[in-house]
Amino acid sequence: MVNIQDLHKAFGKNQVLSGVNLSIKEGGIFAVLGPNGSGKTTLIKSILGMVIPNKGSISIQGKHIKNNSSYRQHIDYLPQIANFPSNLKVKELIKMIKDLRGKTTEDERLIQLFKLEPFLDKKLGTLSGGTKQKVNLVLTFMFNSPLIILDEPTSGLDPISLLRLKDLIQAEKAKGKTILITSHIMSFVEEISDEIVFILEGKIYFKGTVSELKTKTSQPDFEHAIASILTENHA
Amino acid sequence: MLKILKYSFYDLMRSRWSYVYFAFYLLLGVVLLFLNNDLSKAVITLMNVIIVLVPLIGTIFGVMYYYNSKEFTELLLAQPLKRSSIFLGQYLGVALSLSMSLILGLGLPFIFYGLFKSTAIWDFSLLLVTGTFLTFIFTALAFNIALSNENKIKGFGYAILMWLFLGIIYDGLFLMSLVLFEDYPLDKISLIGTMLNPIDLSRTLILLKLDISALLGYTGAVFKQFFGTNFGLVISFGMLVLWVVSPLMRIIFKSKRKDF
Amino acid sequence: MNKIVLFLAVILMAYPSYAQKIEVCGTCAIPSLKKGIAAAKAYDTIIVKKGTYKEHGIIVDKPLTIIGENYPIIDGERKGEIITVISDNVTVDGLFIINVGTSYTEDYAAIRIKRSKHFTIKNLVLEKLFFGIYLEKSSYGKVYHNKIVGDAVEEYNSGNGIQLWYSNHIVIEHNYVQHVRDGIYLEFSDNCLIKNNVSALNIRYGLHFMFSNNDEYSDNTFENNGAGVAVMFSKKIKMLNNVFRENWGTASYGLLLKEINDAEIRGNTFEENTIGINIEGSNRILYKNNNFTNNGWAIKVRGACYTNRFLANNFLYNSFDISYNSKVNDNVFDRNYWSNYTGYDLNKDGIGDVPYRPVKLFSYIVNRTPETIILLRSLFIDIIDFSEKVSPVFTPDNLMDNNPLMKKNLW
Repeated sequence: MVNIQDLHKAFGKNQVLSGVNLSIKEGGIFAVLGPNGSGKTTLIKSILGMVIPNKGSISIQGKHIKNNSSYRQHIDYLPQIANFPSNLKVKELIKMIKDLRGKTTEDERLIQLFKLEPFLDKKLGTLSGGTKQKVNLVLTFMFNSPLIILDEPTSGLDPISLLRLKDLIQAEKAKGKTILITSHIMSFVEEISDEIVFILEGKIYFKGTVSELKTKTSQPDFEHAIASILTENHA
Repeated sequence: MLKILKYSFYDLMRSRWSYVYFAFYLLLGVVLLFLNNDLSKAVITLMNVIIVLVPLIGTIFGVMYYYNSKEFTELLLAQPLKRSSIFLGQYLGVALSLSMSLILGLGLPFIFYGLFKSTAIWDFSLLLVTGTFLTFIFTALAFNIALSNENKIKGFGYAILMWLFLGIIYDGLFLMSLVLFEDYPLDKISLIGTMLNPIDLSRTLILLKLDISALLGYTGAVFKQFFGTNFGLVISFGMLVLWVVSPLMRIIFKSKRKDF
Repeated sequence: MNKIVLFLAVILMAYPSYAQKIEVCGTCAIPSLKKGIAAAKAYDTIIVKKGTYKEHGIIVDKPLTIIGENYPIIDGERKGEIITVISDNVTVDGLFIINVGTSYTEDYAAIRIKRSKHFTIKNLVLEKLFFGIYLEKSSYGKVYHNKIVGDAVEEYNSGNGIQLWYSNHIVIEHNYVQHVRDGIYLEFSDNCLIKNNVSALNIRYGLHFMFSNNDEYSDNTFENNGAGVAVMFSKKIKMLNNVFRENWGTASYGLLLKEINDAEIRGNTFEENTIGINIEGSNRILYKNNNFTNNGWAIKVRGACYTNRFLANNFLYNSFDISYNSKVNDNVFDRNYWSNYTGYDLNKDGIGDVPYRPVKLFSYIVNRTPETIILLRSLFIDIIDFSEKVSPVFTPDNLMDNNPLMKKNLW
């Protein structure tokens, strides 16, 4: 599904990714983890083509993404910080994205699911952070793409919505889709992901299941496993 | 690209700044025409306004729109859209809505005044055409500056500086160098100097219409050919087009290589 | 009164009784104008029928009236002068004269009046000429309703349309002159009236005065000439209600005044000339009620010009209103309308409360470095002009109109 080879990226003097090799097979939920500034978002943005790598190649579904934009048709992306044009109404934003990407009927179901009906005629600038995130989720899930990338999907969500999100992710997985997630909430990651990709200082430090991680670090639970990686490497 | 253009355009048409801009020009047109009652004088005053204000407003609007629509841009970048279409679409949205405010704002009062029956219609049309060109040029330059500067304050600073430079400082340096080297043949140099600054270029175009009698008083053969024939008009318009196209090329080039 | 009318009637009726009519035509007994003149007695009328007469060197040596019917063509075949009048009281009317000879040593003319008085030249059409109508030491004549169309290209090998040399009391009216060197040229000719003519597309000047005094020209149109009108070394010339238009070019102007004293320039229109009026060494001239519209320079003052008065003119949309090349000013500007005036009129008396300074710093700069004209109407130029206005350094500080009008002068 996603194949990354020897990916390098520096912002000025700051080397963020230094030789990432990663291949993600089709189907399943993959969590990308790492401390702040480890390059998670840069990696995801590279996959999306928003960041242009200095070196290395990325291919999705067997196609190189360099100088290409149409492959994004097959990706649903949930950005980390939901910033929308503030003088647009929710309804208009949904309509616009549909206009840009193609038709779908999923949006109505998702709006119901997240109980967004009362906000449809409100301007995006007036919404609370949580509501914005819900709109963000609707925009992401309303298309039926084989690859879904979620950057911090849980932020700002109330417990009920969080439950719905989990159901939604599981349902997408059941359809055989590939889902990439970054998150800081370890319980969420442990609960939902099939595999973990751990990035440290611009490199893939670990890739495997949660149990493999536990064995490798010989820690009883997931959070401690992560913590031990971090202390070991900074000690 | 057309879709982006459409949304940018609607977005701007809804913002109150477009109306302020439109209202400003409407007011200016009305004041010039109906309080003054002198079409020729109105055209001359308008020229000064267009040469100075249109670039300024194009610059500020361009930079402001770019920074304000950053989120929108990022949303679009994750969509299956070419980067060049995203930025060109946004650019055209700004440039077109500004041009529309200019043309309608000034055009309406002049039409009510009875422009179509007047001989000043060509002078006036030329003013609007150069005004539109200047809008397109300076919005493009502003986009360039914004694309190259992540820092909003810096971007604004550079943009204002650019306007100051092209609008005033350039002419000061230009004048000084002409006076300093007055012993040398300067007509070619001075024409080239004019071509290199879009504001001077537009000014020259308008001069060709308003001050041709004075321009023909100069002896140089190059001047004579430039002002005395259609040569000047053709070259000037060609250069204006170039001034629109080259910053656009840089927008495309820059945007392809930029990280978001 | 009645007696005079009766007397005139008798004269008019008596006139034909002794004045004979002679017809000239290709197939008649008298086939050429020369032979007609030879056959005629004084005060006879020669009728020239339609046709082409290849003649030159025709001498009119007695008082005759020569009338062409339907414009007969007198073709000089470029061999020399065509008609020379050396007698008083000659009228030439309705001929189409072409192909005057060109020479570098002699000024061949289509028709020359030499040392004669009381002549009338009218309704002539002159084409392919060197000089057109040449008045040499002749006085009290009329030249009217002629059309002179030359094909001059260079100054050195072309002649003037109507030339006066030591000829006084001449009336030149309703002529149309184009494509010659000078449309109308006066040298040492006094007390002439030039009225209602159109002089256009001439290589040098539309009208040219040299050493001629007490003349008047009014209601003429001078358009697209090398320069409109040049008045040089002359006194007491009246210039009234003329139109000077589109005289464009390097050294071009609507009107050139050089060493002119005590002239009056009133009611003229200067429109779209490179320079409206170019003044050198001219004193005590009154400029009143003129319109200066869309000129490059409305008035350019070079050299010593003293006690001139510019009153109640309109200066409209000129690139420069006045240009001066010295810091001294002895001329008066008053009650003009300046479209470039930006002052206000708080007491509503129609006169601006702030004086207007018509000389801009930029015009001083352009005089020095002509290429800087390209910066005309630049914001930077406006700024330095403004600072010069506030504290004059380069321009005469007493040169201003203390009573600039808020509205156009109407008259």
